[in-house]
Amino acid sequence: MLLNAEYPMSTTDTEIVVEDPTAPEGDSPSVASTRSVDVVVSILLFALACVLGFDNWRTGISWDESGPQAGYFPFYLCVILGAASLYGIFAALRNRGEASETFVTRAQLRRVLQVFVPTLLFCIAMQFLGLYVASFLLTAGFMRLVGRIAWWKSLLTAFIFTAAMFITFDIAFDVIMPKGPLEAAFGY
Amino acid sequence: MEAFGLLLHGFTVLLTGKTLLLMMVGLVLGIFVGVLPGLGGPNGVAILLPLTFTMDPTSAIVMLSCIYWGALFGGAITSILFNIPGEAWSVATTFDGYPMAQQGRAAEALTAAFTSSFIGSLCAVLLITFLAPMISSFALRFGPPEFFAVYLLTFCSFVGLGREDKHKTIISMALGLLLTGIGMDTISGQLRMTFGSTDLLRGINFLVAVIGLFGISEILLTMEERLALRGHAAAISLRVILSVWKDLPKYWVTLIRSSFIGCWLGITPGGAIAASFMGYNLAKRFSKEPDSFGKGRIEGVFAPETAAHASGTAALLPMLALGIPGSGTAAILLGGLMVWGLNPGPLLFVEHKDFVWGLIASMYLGNVVGLVLVLSTVPIFASILRVPFAAIAPMIVVSCAIGAYAIQNAMFDIWLMLLFGVVGYVFKKISIPLAPFTLALVLGSRAEDAFRQSMIGSGGDLGVFWSNGLVGSITTLALVLLFWPVIDKACSRVGQMLRPAKA
Repeated sequence: MLLNAEYPMSTTDTEIVVEDPTAPEGDSPSVASTRSVDVVVSILLFALACVLGFDNWRTGISWDESGPQAGYFPFYLCVILGAASLYGIFAALRNRGEASETFVTRAQLRRVLQVFVPTLLFCIAMQFLGLYVASFLLTAGFMRLVGRIAWWKSLLTAFIFTAAMFITFDIAFDVIMPKGPLEAAFGY
Repeated sequence: MEAFGLLLHGFTVLLTGKTLLLMMVGLVLGIFVGVLPGLGGPNGVAILLPLTFTMDPTSAIVMLSCIYWGALFGGAITSILFNIPGEAWSVATTFDGYPMAQQGRAAEALTAAFTSSFIGSLCAVLLITFLAPMISSFALRFGPPEFFAVYLLTFCSFVGLGREDKHKTIISMALGLLLTGIGMDTISGQLRMTFGSTDLLRGINFLVAVIGLFGISEILLTMEERLALRGHAAAISLRVILSVWKDLPKYWVTLIRSSFIGCWLGITPGGAIAASFMGYNLAKRFSKEPDSFGKGRIEGVFAPETAAHASGTAALLPMLALGIPGSGTAAILLGGLMVWGLNPGPLLFVEHKDFVWGLIASMYLGNVVGLVLVLSTVPIFASILRVPFAAIAPMIVVSCAIGAYAIQNAMFDIWLMLLFGVVGYVFKKISIPLAPFTLALVLGSRAEDAFRQSMIGSGGDLGVFWSNGLVGSITTLALVLLFWPVIDKACSRVGQMLRPAKA
């Protein structure tokens, strides 16, 4: 039906076409290589293993009359984790394949942040406005600003979705969610 | 025979209007989740878990497992129509499924995929019906050392047989096990790794971690890609279904071989992906015309789909019988069972007969209903893909947040979910596997309890893990699997050294 000339293989039944107006460009420069992220994560994991290991050592890693102390099992896990991540640091440094691999390009990072930052704001807003108002704002805002979907469609979809969530969880299933001033005004 | 009677009883538990309705809802939600880009079995089950919190356990698990079947069916739709595998194990389905769609045979390919999924699942469910009660009654004799040995076997087989870098699997597993240790120690009552935080006192909830790891991180990953897509629409007519089914007996060897591979690999952890590729490759190797594979051969759809579904279903066998999940999704289902206070493992078959047989009966019924449902509604579900991702992403985020919050009514869990979302995103990109992490999170505290109880019993002697034939052989097998790559290499080297001598 659409653009048949471009896809001679598929003749008459190409029917579903979805566009992505804000797609990341393919030629965007790399922000970090997979190797450097791998090294950083391995170092962080090693640090975590040290911190947790120290805490478990304080709790007690030896044996008393009732068997191993509380810190015994986790302490040795920390040793395993520490050893594996230490090995991971060197393995990543030696890995030439990962060095040339892109962890994330600038355009990709922008898109990831486009979804991560609103999610973060949503979690913050949830504490003050309640979950349902926050979810309305998130859905409408995201559809409009990231998806470039018409205002009325965004607002309508967000409203229907939030209302459906409220009816499902609050009214039908009695699952308690954080609520804010708006719900209070309606007496919920 | 006893199994048969109990199964019939299970069906009577199920055949109420409410349960059937929940089943349909679960299947529809599951197909929905399976069709949506960036979501699949584990994510779908994790996100939709909170929906079931207020139900009774049997309804809840029936709905959850139906979400799982639905997601498995849904994955095939996108693989065939859009060349987008919803899950790693649908990759092999695209090899022949998409070419078929391009040739205008999408309806045939879809019918083949759904039918073979059904056959694969059915074989695995039959296996579960007859084997699970036997294994669990055998496992009733297990003490703490045996259980620890079985857990060890699970962990070691992940490390030894996994395709990822060994140290990354170990990192993922050790981290998961460590996180389960946070909070109050169940044996001594001491606090561990809480660093004075009252929020960490409760420990890290498994489901919160899973929702972050699979739900949030998946959205971040999906957003990175270009989400424009172009695919085929297809309606399945009764004529096509009948013509595919008429040809089905011709492929009985492929179907049986793939079911067998699937069942076998499904029981060992993390086998579904390997199963689908193995099913495909073996069908190709034994075929009279291997060159026609990859160009739209219907057998190339039958083989991987049967194997993938057989293994996806068989993964529930060790979960039910031993309390050890065979796949990431099974681990999440197991986490769900624990929410309702059901302790998966051999005792489940004794203490909650109704529940277990209701679940097994729902596997039969869910697959039949699912098959009919997908065959009749494919066009509707394919058109879901028209909905832009910008509308779906925030809805998924909201569902994740509801799920994470509902578990313990704690805002702290929302932050944890976000943190796990980022961790999951980074881990996936530097190929640290998440399945061992999930498995460790769900089994961690039980593995530790089993270890410490056996240590207390033996007075600190590690020899308890070799104290009788059973536990000794499991432990030894675990160690063999752990060092399998080394042993394998050594064996082939010895083989190479011997060969010239023979010649």
